Amino acid sequence: MDVEVDLEIRLLLEAIFDRYHYDFRQYAQASLKRRLTQACDVLGVATLSGLQEKVLHEPEAFATLLQYLTVQVSDMFRDPEFFLAIRRHVVPHLATYPSVKIWCAGCSTGEEPYSLAILLKEENLLDRSIIYATDINAAALREAAAGVYPLERLRGFTENHRRAGGTSSLSDWYHASGKSAILDPALRRKITFSDHSLATDNVFSEVHLVTCRNVLIYFDHALQARALDLFADALIPRGFLGLGSKESLRFSPAAASFDEFQPRERLYRKKGVA
Amino acid sequence: MTPRPELVVIGGSAGAIEVLRDVLRGLPRDFASAVAIVIHLPPEGPNLLLEVLASEGAPPMKLAEDKEPIRPGTIYLAVPDYHLLVEKGRTFAFSYDERVHFCRPAIDVLFESAAAAYGAGSMGIVLSGANADGAAGLKAIADAGGITVVQSLESAGMIAMPAAALAAAPGSLELNVPALVGFLRATGENDGR
Repeated sequence: MDVEVDLEIRLLLEAIFDRYHYDFRQYAQASLKRRLTQACDVLGVATLSGLQEKVLHEPEAFATLLQYLTVQVSDMFRDPEFFLAIRRHVVPHLATYPSVKIWCAGCSTGEEPYSLAILLKEENLLDRSIIYATDINAAALREAAAGVYPLERLRGFTENHRRAGGTSSLSDWYHASGKSAILDPALRRKITFSDHSLATDNVFSEVHLVTCRNVLIYFDHALQARALDLFADALIPRGFLGLGSKESLRFSPAAASFDEFQPRERLYRKKGVA
Repeated sequence: MTPRPELVVIGGSAGAIEVLRDVLRGLPRDFASAVAIVIHLPPEGPNLLLEVLASEGAPPMKLAEDKEPIRPGTIYLAVPDYHLLVEKGRTFAFSYDERVHFCRPAIDVLFESAAAAYGAGSMGIVLSGANADGAAGLKAIADAGGITVVQSLESAGMIAMPAAALAAAPGSLELNVPALVGFLRATGENDGR
């Protein structure tokens, strides 16, 4: 039975790529299979072949499936120690450059780039910084660009921000409107949100810091290697790379391009020119 | 004789840690299969499971890492707050997908991926616990032709988890702790060659 399921997944992913140009063919299979199976339940189809028929003929069904395959949950200042390490150990280096470019890859609904923007503002770096925030999910990017989050989430964000060494009050950066928290548009103006695929697109800028957190766990070895090569190409010599708290370069050939910088917080530094 | 499983997956929750310690201490240092373990723990706070379970004579034990190759004779523990899965290429994979049975890591997620990747080469063991996580996973292993075991209800501190697993995979062996140790030792010695 498993042989048929694997075949169905392969055909479905080919069909999605051909029809919609989203490339999930090198995603890690085990979690992808779980998500696809859930999508079958939600879309009311019995098999992955049925799912394929539905998404090929109904673009709105594909939009639903896309949410299942791509939307990541994140929080502002998620893993506060990571942001604390950026503040203490990366910012002093960034501050030596006349202008600072940061690429936040796989930004989903924007919590991470806004967190970085607040941190940079607190460190007096935001005015000369640009944050490129990219994702493959257009709906998530629209939400990110709006900069509006449910007010109930702000309590957790505020605690994270405090633990990340925040020097301002997070409430300085949003105003409440009904059940929503609307982030300061001044933050938004320093962030460029755009559609970019780590599977199919190339490098678009030279940057000083790349953050890509809890994205690579969903990629297989080959796609992870491609993404890490993109980051190495995009970074200036001695530029910084930040991964998720349970991600590392240990099992990747890209480890040769980077030095460990703050290993516990999964911060790496690109090797200099030899 | 029961053929040696390539991968043994073990899941448990309330009341499982002591049992697991006894089971792992009973394994020979040269136990031939890989072992992957999900135990429900609160996501906050330090993860002391490795310290609690480590024992001199047992096989080497470590926290599983994303994309890490799975080696025979090694015991791997899931880290808190990420699901642990296994891939067909004999590596681990993590995911931050939603909780299953309010749990992350969830036993079902590990077991179902083990069934898909290792098929009849997988063995699933469900220990003491207070919810139904693991039942669907154990059924998947049974359906894939793998060996399924539950901690016997009279020996379990909390019976909900092994009882649910037994209902979902009724052909499972019911073993108390000494019997489970003996069973694992026997399968570990027979490499099928």
